[in-house]
Amino acid sequence: MVNIAFFVFAAILLASAVRVITAKNPVHSVLFLILAFFSAAALFVLIGAEFVAMILVIVYVGAVAVLFLFVVMMLDINFQELRQGFLRYLPVGLVVGAILIVELGFLAATQLVGPIEAAGSASAIPPASELTNTQAIGHILYTDYVYAFQASGLILLVAMIGAIVLTLRSRKGVRRQQIGQQLDRKRDEVVALRKVPTRGGV
Amino acid sequence: MFETLAQLWDQLPLIIRIVASILVIAVPLLIGMAMLTYFERKVMAAMQLRQGPAMVGPFGLLQPFADGLKLLGKETVIPAGANRVVFVAAPMLTFLLALVAWAVIPFGAGLVLADINVGVLYLFAISSLGVYGIIMAGWASNSKYAFLGGLRAAAQMVSYEVSIGLVIITVLLCVGSLNLSKIVEAQKTVWFFIPLFPMFIIFFISALAETNRAPFDLPEGESELSGGFNVEYSSMTFALFFLGEYINMILMSAMTSVLFLGGWLPPLDIAPLNWIPGPLWFIFKICFCLFCFIWVRATLPRYRYDQLMRLGWKVFLPFSLIWVVLTAGVLVYFDLLPN
Repeated sequence: MVNIAFFVFAAILLASAVRVITAKNPVHSVLFLILAFFSAAALFVLIGAEFVAMILVIVYVGAVAVLFLFVVMMLDINFQELRQGFLRYLPVGLVVGAILIVELGFLAATQLVGPIEAAGSASAIPPASELTNTQAIGHILYTDYVYAFQASGLILLVAMIGAIVLTLRSRKGVRRQQIGQQLDRKRDEVVALRKVPTRGGV
Repeated sequence: MFETLAQLWDQLPLIIRIVASILVIAVPLLIGMAMLTYFERKVMAAMQLRQGPAMVGPFGLLQPFADGLKLLGKETVIPAGANRVVFVAAPMLTFLLALVAWAVIPFGAGLVLADINVGVLYLFAISSLGVYGIIMAGWASNSKYAFLGGLRAAAQMVSYEVSIGLVIITVLLCVGSLNLSKIVEAQKTVWFFIPLFPMFIIFFISALAETNRAPFDLPEGESELSGGFNVEYSSMTFALFFLGEYINMILMSAMTSVLFLGGWLPPLDIAPLNWIPGPLWFIFKICFCLFCFIWVRATLPRYRYDQLMRLGWKVFLPFSLIWVVLTAGVLVYFDLLPN
């Protein structure tokens, strides 16, 4: 049963990954990318890594891909130009693909040891049967890999601040809503009751 | 009698048991959704000194079913410039996502379809996918109003998810588990809306934004976008959006009840209150939240778009972040951390 599920999800994953790069319409590409993320999450569930699966869906499908779709939908795309680019970028893509294949082969050849074994006996790790894998990830992240974890947090922070710095520009002559100022106004300062005589005006 | 039934149940094939348990959740949910539209119209009518639906059936109770039948009988119009596949897939996706989230909601002690370890994350993941139905509908319709509605929905839902995530983290800090049943059981002494009252308010307001309800219904904005993302939809495709939106409302109310209002637990574990079975308490709490949803809609005008973004990013996000740190600090200092 699990095997059948694995092959179904793996087939969907590969097929949608192929469609990502072959689909003519970029919006379709992003939608297939989402399907690929989703199938990958399903594969994670099958190997019992439900925390990673959910995070994959939340972060990639729920946030990153939404922004992808957001941008791609707003682009005014000329399909002719895209075709021309295809041949020009093909060598770069092939090189990246080749490097990835070599890396994967390297991993398979050296029988990669999992992070738990790699960490050795630096800290007492309870057996997986007593822990949910959310807790297990927490134990590893905050003990053996705490510096790497903090460093990646800092990198993300820098990226975030960088994005803000790049896009922030102060333009002159823009009227902004000052909510504090609006709330601070007293009735007497802004409203006045006057008796206006007929045909007299204010 | 009961035991023989239970034995019979165990003898049924797995697939039939699964389908039956899904139907036991989905069918009452759909009926509840129909009654919610009736409830909404009646409550809003009462608040605005009108009568509301009163003609079809006793007290107008059959009005939602009449509306549904009417939609079923209409013609499905697909605009000429629309992307047909995505156009039809969008409402189906919205409806599907609204339904699948119910798999992990605990209706009572042990009364849950899938009691998974990462229940909260599952709910969060599914509700963060809800935006796709809307954004796909907006794009595929090939209409500027629908497109604007879709873009607004994407920006709005992504913004408010961030604060919802932080609110959930605060609750998880107090529970020490991602399992929804355990979250409810952790509230036996005190419901979380008392110690975490500000987060309860933020969660409720973010839920309004997440379900695109008034005063955050900018993706629909009938006065400016003539109906928003679903302007090109008709007949059953529209009905699926409508169903999805209302089921999402019920889902968000259920999440509020589970996270803050003690799920199936009675307010106090004393005699007359704990005679009422848990699922009834749960339904009662959901109805209370839904009433608040409708109350807000009948009371408040729509937010302006920049105000909506300001509220999400500049008010809710910093505040909930501070509250996460504060909660963690208090829990560590007073040695109250679970486990």
